[in-house]
Amino acid sequence: MSTYSLSDGLASGAPRLSRAPLLANWLRETGVGVLASIAWIGFGLSCLWWQDVGDWSRTHSVGIAAFIVAAVALFGTLGADYLGSAGRGLRKRAPWLVALGAFLTLWEVATAKFAWLPLPFFPPPQSIVEVYTDDLPKLLDSVFASVKLQLGGYLVGATIGFLTGVSIGWSHAVGYWVHPVLRFIGPLPATAWLPIAFFTFPSSWSASTFLIALATGFPVTVLTWSGVASVSNAYYDVARTLGAKPSFLVLKVAIPAALPHVFVGLFMGLGASFAVLVVAEMIGVKAGLGWYLQWAQGWAAYANMYAALIVMSLLCSGAITLLFSIRDRLLVWQKGTVKW
Amino acid sequence: MVALAQAIARPAAGAALDIEQVSHAFDIDGAELPVLSDVSISVEPGEFVALLGPSGCGKSTLLRLVAGLDKPRSGTLREDESRINSPHPSRVVVFQDPTLFPWRSVWDNVALGLEAQGILKSQRHRVDDALDLVGLSSFRSAYPHQLSGGMAQRVALARALVNDPKILVLDEPLGKLDSLTRITMQAELVSLWQRKGFTTLLVTHDAEEALVLANRVIVFSDRPARVKADIRVDRPYPRHRGDPYLADLRRQILGLLGLDATW
Repeated sequence: MSTYSLSDGLASGAPRLSRAPLLANWLRETGVGVLASIAWIGFGLSCLWWQDVGDWSRTHSVGIAAFIVAAVALFGTLGADYLGSAGRGLRKRAPWLVALGAFLTLWEVATAKFAWLPLPFFPPPQSIVEVYTDDLPKLLDSVFASVKLQLGGYLVGATIGFLTGVSIGWSHAVGYWVHPVLRFIGPLPATAWLPIAFFTFPSSWSASTFLIALATGFPVTVLTWSGVASVSNAYYDVARTLGAKPSFLVLKVAIPAALPHVFVGLFMGLGASFAVLVVAEMIGVKAGLGWYLQWAQGWAAYANMYAALIVMSLLCSGAITLLFSIRDRLLVWQKGTVKW
Repeated sequence: MVALAQAIARPAAGAALDIEQVSHAFDIDGAELPVLSDVSISVEPGEFVALLGPSGCGKSTLLRLVAGLDKPRSGTLREDESRINSPHPSRVVVFQDPTLFPWRSVWDNVALGLEAQGILKSQRHRVDDALDLVGLSSFRSAYPHQLSGGMAQRVALARALVNDPKILVLDEPLGKLDSLTRITMQAELVSLWQRKGFTTLLVTHDAEEALVLANRVIVFSDRPARVKADIRVDRPYPRHRGDPYLADLRRQILGLLGLDATW
């Protein structure tokens, strides 16, 4: 590339630059997409080329699906300019598509075709697809049970935690009584309560809800409390001189100011509650993904375990994504560094 | 006298403020730290009074007492004959830091007082008027982090003025602004005060600012603060910074503060 001074660069530099790099640019932009397409064609071929070493019914369909993905990647990349945001998204994710295609090819070859990995423990992709198609009702039931249990426990825990945190942060009297209890019980892992909870509560469902609420409640309480306690006195002074009553100070000053802390607590509580949910389902509750995992292990149905794990991870990361998007919506005022 | 005339022209705009033999002290690790010692000041309705003193002398403490945020150890404060016991929106404070609520937009920040008093629904136009008054209508939906220091302080001023205060209490509101913004805002303050007619109490440690703005300058001693001098500034507005009369007063005031050697 030639160097050019500011004076000629402004007038003639731009057009001079445009020809050759345009082609290079086009290659760079579409190259990865084409590569992604090739990787998925590779996956499709690896499914159909060799015979399976085991008996799996979905090998053919998975191969066809891989070709469809390859076609979508190819035409999507070439026509990205006409596809708007979808095209741009595809281009951005093309490197991941390449990696995924390559990984699936390797997985397929290493398991279903040549059994380089010991077989019952490392099922091929098509056997996991098979679980999703053939065992769907049971899996969906488990998902539904898990979500219900998790949501109920989490909402109860977060609500109680939030209210407790605000009360401790606001009132010295409440703090005097609740703080020691919190210090004594809070750090105990919620799972330690499992044996007691399952015979003191009337049902395994209520016991698990209690445990999930406990795991959620502790971090939410502590962080809400520290958030409320750290609100600057200047805010209260301003509100008071403007005629604010105590209820206004709590609802419109303390809580909004503490909200960033509260969301950290909600996030930590979510992580802790997932762990409790799975353990509770494995031990006591006769439904849900944790139970499904346990059940699959009992039958040595390894494909089902992987399938359930994938669903579980999607649900957990989905829940965290949801929490974060709620936070971003509520805390818009934190974002941005634009200064006028 | 100018102020008195204004107060008569616009009845009930400003309130009288009586500070009678007020003393105050802080407890710091068990030790008693006196900050105000037998302070008596009587402010007429509509007057613009500047409180001047060395930094840390207790001026801001006096303002907190006037606002009703703290109670004095002894002595009484009265607004129009009624004793000041707690904060009231008729006495609004503008602090040195704008302390806007970062989670509220400019409009919502200005609406704070009306909302706290439960009259926002019927009085929304007052918020718009206050924003117009400080010239920030176009920033109504901006968030505080998007504002410059001068704008933020102007929003704080609008947030105070929307309550139609009888006494506006200013605690070094221009202290952290750059000198150009400062001069602009001093002029704005004077014109707001002249239009609205509220009683103004301004704490500052800048003698020039006090003389350009106020019709009375009260000079405090070092801590514990007592009134050292009460100086009338009989000069029409807008005042000129180079006015020899003001320069003379300034020299006098700096002398009272023990800074005459540097002048």
